[in-house]
Amino acid sequence: MTDLQLMTLDVNGEEHEVVAESRRTLVDVLRHDLRLTGTHVGCEHGICGACTVLVDDRPVRACLMFAAQAEGTRIRTVESLSQGTGECELSDLQRAFSEHHGLQCGFCTPGFLMLAEGFLAERPDASKEEIREVVAANLCRCTGYQTIVEAIDDCAAARRRAGKEN
Amino acid sequence: MKPAPFRYHRARSTEDATRLLAELGADAKVIAGGQSLVAMMNYRLARPAHLVDIGGLRALDHLHRDADGGLHIGALTTHHTVETAPPGVLEPGFGVLRRAMRWIGHLPIRTRGTVGGSLAHADATAEWCLLAVALGAELVAEGPHGRRRIRAEDFFFGYYTTALDPGELLVEAVFPRPAPHAALTEFAERHGDFAIVAAAIDLDAEDGSVRGGRVALGGVAPATVRVPEAEAVLAGGGTFAECAAAAADASDPPGDANGSPEYRRHLIRTLVRRACEEAMSP
Ligand SMILES: Cc1cc2nc3c(=O)[nH]c(=O)nc-3n(C[C@H](O)[C@H](O)[C@H](O)COP(=O)(O)OP(=O)(O)OC[C@H]3O[C@@H](n4cnc5c(N)ncnc54)[C@H](O)[C@@H]3O)c2cc1C
Ligand code: FES
Ligand code: FES
Repeated sequence: MTDLQLMTLDVNGEEHEVVAESRRTLVDVLRHDLRLTGTHVGCEHGICGACTVLVDDRPVRACLMFAAQAEGTRIRTVESLSQGTGECELSDLQRAFSEHHGLQCGFCTPGFLMLAEGFLAERPDASKEEIREVVAANLCRCTGYQTIVEAIDDCAAARRRAGKEN
Repeated sequence: MKPAPFRYHRARSTEDATRLLAELGADAKVIAGGQSLVAMMNYRLARPAHLVDIGGLRALDHLHRDADGGLHIGALTTHHTVETAPPGVLEPGFGVLRRAMRWIGHLPIRTRGTVGGSLAHADATAEWCLLAVALGAELVAEGPHGRRRIRAEDFFFGYYTTALDPGELLVEAVFPRPAPHAALTEFAERHGDFAIVAAAIDLDAEDGSVRGGRVALGGVAPATVRVPEAEAVLAGGGTFAECAAAAADASDPPGDANGSPEYRRHLIRTLVRRACEEAMSP
């Protein structure tokens, strides 16, 4: 039994029409149908967070959502972060990860970036302790988290400073 | 793994959802936030032939107080909506719900997971199941023959089984009385995991003196349970430590990879006392 669905998905501000089986999860549609392979897949049961994307600005597990459920929402993936600042230019959050060595192998990084992007949009004044609690949502086997926390905290502080100057 | 094939149906209203469920029969399942169901489908522990998606039913996404001070929570309200609700809606009286949300998984789970999904899934240690039992919630089910209200303590039957009929939808949870002296606490190996043991307490207190209260436990039986023996101690003027000891004595918890029965009894004693103290702290 294959149940094909025609879906319209709004990904990174662009509309995409996709024909896929209804059992396709959002992360598989992003990677296999739309070829947006920045979003990674680890466990497929909600534990690791490698697949974290934003749906209507909130971080969600793209492995725990069928693509059909995402119709009518705004989806943002890691590919959207560097947009608007010129070809291949990294966003402030991405630069902070790089400067603080918040990644080693990089497998977990897209998930952490989107988790942090969604969280800071909601809580720009988050304390370091709150950041520490939030990043516990995702797994990183390399860094030991400290540098990830510092990267997010530093990025948040810089954004606050920039907000005051404007 | 990848889930087994199924047919996807998007419900346009609650009536549409109950009609679809009646039509599709036993092989159909409701999907709300998917935070339990999709994981089970990816594991192939669940392989429904049909999914009825109720995620678009905005009428079931609400959180409001009634004229008597009771709180109504629509089934599709997410954990995150409760956690970030404006103060006027929860406080005073229901701050315990906001504080309890931080125990549920992590932020990206709470943005999708729903109150109705948690109650219908009925994990014995799920925070919503404990809160519903401790605070005396009433759960509103809607089926082809209309609506009915089920008391939370009559709702949870055993391992992931509830009083809901297969064709019924959970539409709302009603918390009839404010609970200014209530608390939930638990122990898990890692923060965000399902608890090994969880305790929720709703104390009946005035001017700092306790007159009685309700005690709910998860992780000690197949379903979330009330513990009348511990409640009797509170009603009789006993101390929190005595109440906690009575809860541990009255329980016959299972032993498994997460802990032996003795270990769980130890957790009950600690957590019940801790929850009572937290419930009375301003
Ligand atoms: C990593 C991880 C950690 C988690 N940690 C916790 C935790 O610590 N505590 C906790 O409580 N939960 C935890 N959860 C589960 C989470 O809270 C889920 O949101 C919740 O259990 C189910 O809600 P849902 O909306 O996602 O339901 P779904 O997954 O969509 O559905 C779950 C079940 O309920 C049924 N159902 C859903 N809505 C209705 C309805 N309105 N009427 C009738 N039936 C319905 C479905 O058919 C299905 O059987 C965790 C999940 C993950 C992935
Ligand atoms: S792949 Fe989604 S949480 Fe691990
Ligand atoms: S950098 Fe390797 S898993 Fe995080």
